[in-house]
Amino acid sequence: MKFFRLVWGNLWRKPLRTTLTGLSVFVAFLLFGLLCVIRQSLTAGISMAGADRLVTRQKVSIIQMLPVSYGDRIAQIPGVAAVVHQSWFGGIYKDPKNFFPSMPVQPEKYLEMYPEFVLPEAQRKAWIADRRGAIVGRSLAERFGWKIGDTVPLMSPIWRRADGSGAWEFHVDGIYSGAKKSTDTSQFFFHYKYYDEGRSFAKGMVGWYTVRVKDPAKADEVAKTIDAEFANSPYETKTEPEGAFAQAFAQQVGNIGAIMMSIQAAVFLTILFVAANTVAQAVRERTEEIGVLKALGFSNRMVFGLVLAESLLLAAVAGLAGLGLIWLITLGGSPSPAFLPVFYFPIPDFMVGVFLVALLGVFAAALPAWQAMRMGVAEALRRAT
Amino acid sequence: MSESQPPLVRVRGVDKVYHRGSEDIHVLLNLDLDVHPGEFLALMGPSGSGKSTLLNLIGGLDRPSQGTIEIGGERIDEISSRQLAAWRARHVGFVFQFYNLMPVMNAERNVELPLLLTHLNRGERRQHVETALHVVGLADRSRHHPRQLSGGEQQRVGIARAIVTDPTLLLCDEPTGDLDRKSGDEILGLLQALNREQGKTIIMVTHDPHAAQRASRIVYLEKGQLVSERPS
Repeated sequence: MKFFRLVWGNLWRKPLRTTLTGLSVFVAFLLFGLLCVIRQSLTAGISMAGADRLVTRQKVSIIQMLPVSYGDRIAQIPGVAAVVHQSWFGGIYKDPKNFFPSMPVQPEKYLEMYPEFVLPEAQRKAWIADRRGAIVGRSLAERFGWKIGDTVPLMSPIWRRADGSGAWEFHVDGIYSGAKKSTDTSQFFFHYKYYDEGRSFAKGMVGWYTVRVKDPAKADEVAKTIDAEFANSPYETKTEPEGAFAQAFAQQVGNIGAIMMSIQAAVFLTILFVAANTVAQAVRERTEEIGVLKALGFSNRMVFGLVLAESLLLAAVAGLAGLGLIWLITLGGSPSPAFLPVFYFPIPDFMVGVFLVALLGVFAAALPAWQAMRMGVAEALRRAT
Repeated sequence: MSESQPPLVRVRGVDKVYHRGSEDIHVLLNLDLDVHPGEFLALMGPSGSGKSTLLNLIGGLDRPSQGTIEIGGERIDEISSRQLAAWRARHVGFVFQFYNLMPVMNAERNVELPLLLTHLNRGERRQHVETALHVVGLADRSRHHPRQLSGGEQQRVGIARAIVTDPTLLLCDEPTGDLDRKSGDEILGLLQALNREQGKTIIMVTHDPHAAQRASRIVYLEKGQLVSERPS
């Protein structure tokens, strides 16, 4: 602590340079945090996936449907504990920009399959009993101000009703919350029966099946058995772990994780060079002072430590401010619930950020600090005069 | 000064050679020198005669190519860099021609710097700093930064920094070289007072015969060798 004034004083020797470098570091870590939040939001389905759950879909494409009768056949396969189906409804509320995931499901079975969707018992019962009923996630309800008992009209650009209209009406019977922070609470679920009876085509078809296996260790074996069961049928299947399915779904726009990582790596490297240049320049300018410190009795290691501390202090103040600001922003909720339904700064990512701050401080100063350490006292003083 | 005591500084057969490419530059040649406790020695000679190099060797800032340097009975040419740094902190105070104060720190903090290497607590350090600034007559300017002080005042801060740890030896490299005559005289008076009243052993490199007159002995160097010496 007694060296803090010296380190702090040296840091502010050139206020403009330190401010600009600090701002670069701040913006870099702000961007890092933001990318982490976006990645988390776009890949929430992957992190939410259960290890004991498989997804069975049409082998050709996810947009091709499967017969509802497959559900019973899958349930008969050894190792299968439960089966539910889902379909993509693509509902829009009032305006095309108000788009969110909406799916017809089998209410009771679905809630058993996905215990991460937490619904009060009374609301659960009300939903099961109401053929037009729907449950909505908390963030979705907050987004549109929906309350229990409201009637919500949705327009589906895919599913027309028998009368030719695309308008569907639902009663909000429940508002679910997530068991985990990463649970997506921006979805809308309703009765498959209401949907199947009302639609004008593809009756008796479903989008995909979610299968719970009895033993996660045998999931691969069960997946192969399911696909073998429907081989050479008009609707061949592809069964895969739910995580892989969610990943494939998310990667329709590209490998989000890899894209984000590439941007983060580029930003980090750029800022590393900027910070290293600043520290190197600061050390070069202080050759004589380093010589004086050594003449006064500061050891080479102490000089190394002082330069390192300076760099670490700059990285810590600016970097942690960037990470902190992102954390504060996420506390305010998602600015775009439609595209970023899950909006928080995951603690592991925050810790990686803190680690990168330290790494930046150390790497930026490593070479200049080593040069300062190796500098001969007499040589440094001679250069000064 | 007591010549009956063993010398505080004992330089024997010292050579210092710098290598520039394939060329060897002999700055000091087989040099012997004794400095007794309480002595005020002036090192004079033309530019390139090796005065500052000798001062650096005695202060442990550099190592001889050959020969031995003993300070207070300790061979400083044999110890490691780390030990040498600790030795400098304990035994030597440096006064530089261009003061070499830290521009980002005020006078008080500059004087405190060598004390950061000791085990003294904050209060004790403050007390030592106040005493040192009082000795050099700058107690009222302790919060001023170097840019707010005149050359003479900056050199006084430099001297306060050199004496704050109460070192055995004070090494001054052209301490008045950057000052006008009046300020230079004040600084020399201060060094003389430290020598006479506090018994500090001082070795001062200077070009200025007027400054050298303040010392108790003057040693002349030429081409890396002692050519003469006389009491001032």
